[in-house]
Amino acid sequence: MFRALQRTSGLVGKSFSFQARELASQAAQAATENGPRTVTLIPGDGIGPEISASVQEIFRAAGVPIQWEVVDVTPVKGPDGKIGIPQAAIDSVVKHKIGLKGPLATPVGKGHRSLNLAIRKAFDLYANVRPCRSLEGFKTAYDDVDVVTIRENTEGEYSGIEHVIVDGVVQSIKLITFEASRRIAEFAFEYAKANGRSRVTAVHKANIMRMSDGLFLKCCRDVAELHPEIKFNEMYLDTVCLNMVQDPHKFDVLCMPNLYGDILSDLCAGLVGGLGVTPSGNIGFGGAAVFESVHGTAPDIAGQDKANPTALLLSSVMMLRHLNMRNFADRIEQACYDTIREGKHLTGDLGGKAKCSEFTQDICEKVQRISDKQK
Amino acid sequence: MAVSRLGIFARNSIYPPSSLLQCLSPSSQQRSISIATQLCVPVQAPVAKPERRYPVTLIPGDGVGPELMHQVRRVFDSCGVPVDFEELYLSEVGYSRSNSLEEVSDSIKKNGICLKGALTSGSEGQEGELATLNTKLRRKIDSFASCALVKSMEGLKTRHTNIDFVIIRETTEGEYSAIEYETVPGIVECLKIVTRVNSTRIAKFAFDYAVRNNRKKVTAIHKANIMKLSDGLFLECCTQVSELYPRIKFSNMIIDNACMQLVNNPNQFDVMVMPNLYGNIIDNLAAGLVGGAGVVPGESYSHDAVIFEPGARHSYAEAVGKNIANPTGMLLTACNMLRHLNLDYHATIIEEAIIKVIKAGKVRTKDLGGHAKTTDFTTAVIKSITF
Repeated sequence: MFRALQRTSGLVGKSFSFQARELASQAAQAATENGPRTVTLIPGDGIGPEISASVQEIFRAAGVPIQWEVVDVTPVKGPDGKIGIPQAAIDSVVKHKIGLKGPLATPVGKGHRSLNLAIRKAFDLYANVRPCRSLEGFKTAYDDVDVVTIRENTEGEYSGIEHVIVDGVVQSIKLITFEASRRIAEFAFEYAKANGRSRVTAVHKANIMRMSDGLFLKCCRDVAELHPEIKFNEMYLDTVCLNMVQDPHKFDVLCMPNLYGDILSDLCAGLVGGLGVTPSGNIGFGGAAVFESVHGTAPDIAGQDKANPTALLLSSVMMLRHLNMRNFADRIEQACYDTIREGKHLTGDLGGKAKCSEFTQDICEKVQRISDKQK
Repeated sequence: MAVSRLGIFARNSIYPPSSLLQCLSPSSQQRSISIATQLCVPVQAPVAKPERRYPVTLIPGDGVGPELMHQVRRVFDSCGVPVDFEELYLSEVGYSRSNSLEEVSDSIKKNGICLKGALTSGSEGQEGELATLNTKLRRKIDSFASCALVKSMEGLKTRHTNIDFVIIRETTEGEYSAIEYETVPGIVECLKIVTRVNSTRIAKFAFDYAVRNNRKKVTAIHKANIMKLSDGLFLECCTQVSELYPRIKFSNMIIDNACMQLVNNPNQFDVMVMPNLYGNIIDNLAAGLVGGAGVVPGESYSHDAVIFEPGARHSYAEAVGKNIANPTGMLLTACNMLRHLNLDYHATIIEEAIIKVIKAGKVRTKDLGGHAKTTDFTTAVIKSITF
């Protein structure tokens, strides 16, 4: 168990630049010395508010010294006439450097830039980390999955540069830069080291996109040279997909450009039971990080107390580790795993009949019990 | 054969003998047979001498391709399939021995049909060439639609069962445009091209395929929430075409969600249509669901030629010469090719033999958890063929 906890333990340590580490540990110290640490909470749309409330309740029960600053990111028209996230929300995250975010609705094909994308760009959150681990008590076709996908988050296919050349002919630019590729490769190796992982696999399609993915691959190779203690290999995206659904145990840490990361992280989440149970963290420079649940807003069950808060809760656990509050993180994570393993109070998506509030209550009780035991 | 048919025909005929002779002129031979079939006992197996032989272009491919093609030839020989292969070696990695693209495409255009192994595309092209040979060949003969036929086979150990869907992939543009450039050192742009003409064409192909093969639903796979213009155009074309086919259900799904659904609930899919790169991903993922790259057949269509090739194109170069590759996918592909040539009888007996061998599970290649050699598997198939 201890080893397992160590392996999943989040994004602290050398996982990003030393400067960031300093800032994070300073923040953690500040939290313990000067009272509670403030974190921006973006509850999001649909079921977002319910699951955010659930996380807040569990944090209260565990006595985590964190204060929430709740902000609204509903798009507004800025002074330049463009529609975007309100300045107050940006200011809040810039000030506190850490955010926890529920799901946001992105209308399909409506022309304006996706909000998720805007948040990522505004805070330069360049790395998306998604640990996918099989949950005991929630049966899927795959057991013992333990994969971390690390995805470049700022460019690639999602650069957002598209043009209509003439009517009926569209070009979309996939942008790959040396700087961003190098940065994500370094992050992946540092993450592997900090979390006791042994192998980094670069996922690419350099046989088709020879220059762009070639550059990405070259950066990964160069960084791998600097980290001989971590094993490194390269695989084509299609081969990874093929092997992932046949034998997911082969993989450890995967490092890749934006689109591939998007696809593979969801695929891996599918192996362990879907986005409802997988956490996600976005890491930027200077210790800034936004942790989020990446599932949809589920408008059909919003407000009915049926939602499953696991993804947001596990994301908040990643956040606690990022803030060096490992003790709290471990307790909450264990309580959450225990609740799912026992299977008495599971939400509908996990095959149970419990309400979100009952599930939350169960976790709260367990957290308190674990805390008491440790005292 | 004509004589024996004529005998039966004459006995049951209501026409005078003179009209029979007219029927048997080469151009109307086909028609006379169909009349014969209607009038008397259905003709199932062709008799010893088939009416004609069919020329087929054969590209053995890289990696284990040539070994697998040899298995196809063995099976074809064992049951007298009236196909003459016109073998042309095409390769990017063995370029010095390769035939030119023109020779190959001319042959395919002439024959209208081709059986092809997987070609290896290296990460480095010859002299900085960006387009792979596969892409060039597809463009040359305008092979725009690639299908992978994903179906669970009884006897294979897989996590999911009863999977039966078809992946239709656009193969001329999208991410495979091979237009890339380094704007300034360290900044590379790669263009993904989506056009209305090609998107509509593939959408129409998918719906026609659904109608023709009694499929009920077409799902368009895209990422239009992020790539609003390019994938947006693709989705728009699919939606427009879907309105022409009111009997076929149409839905769309975002690529990452589709991957997640595939590993959770693959049975919900029927026909899937998607741009190029997503097709590559889903082809492989789906192959993994039903038993690996070695068991999935596929085919690629242009307006006047069909290339039959494995559904998940892996050349499996590390297995060259080891005699361990699984020939199932290639053999099934060859069966589909025979069907395309209207050699239904041969296609069916070979396919039934393959299904029998897989179901019995006694001869399994390495990828299926056994120790049998490629040639053992083929031998088992040949032995199981019942005429």
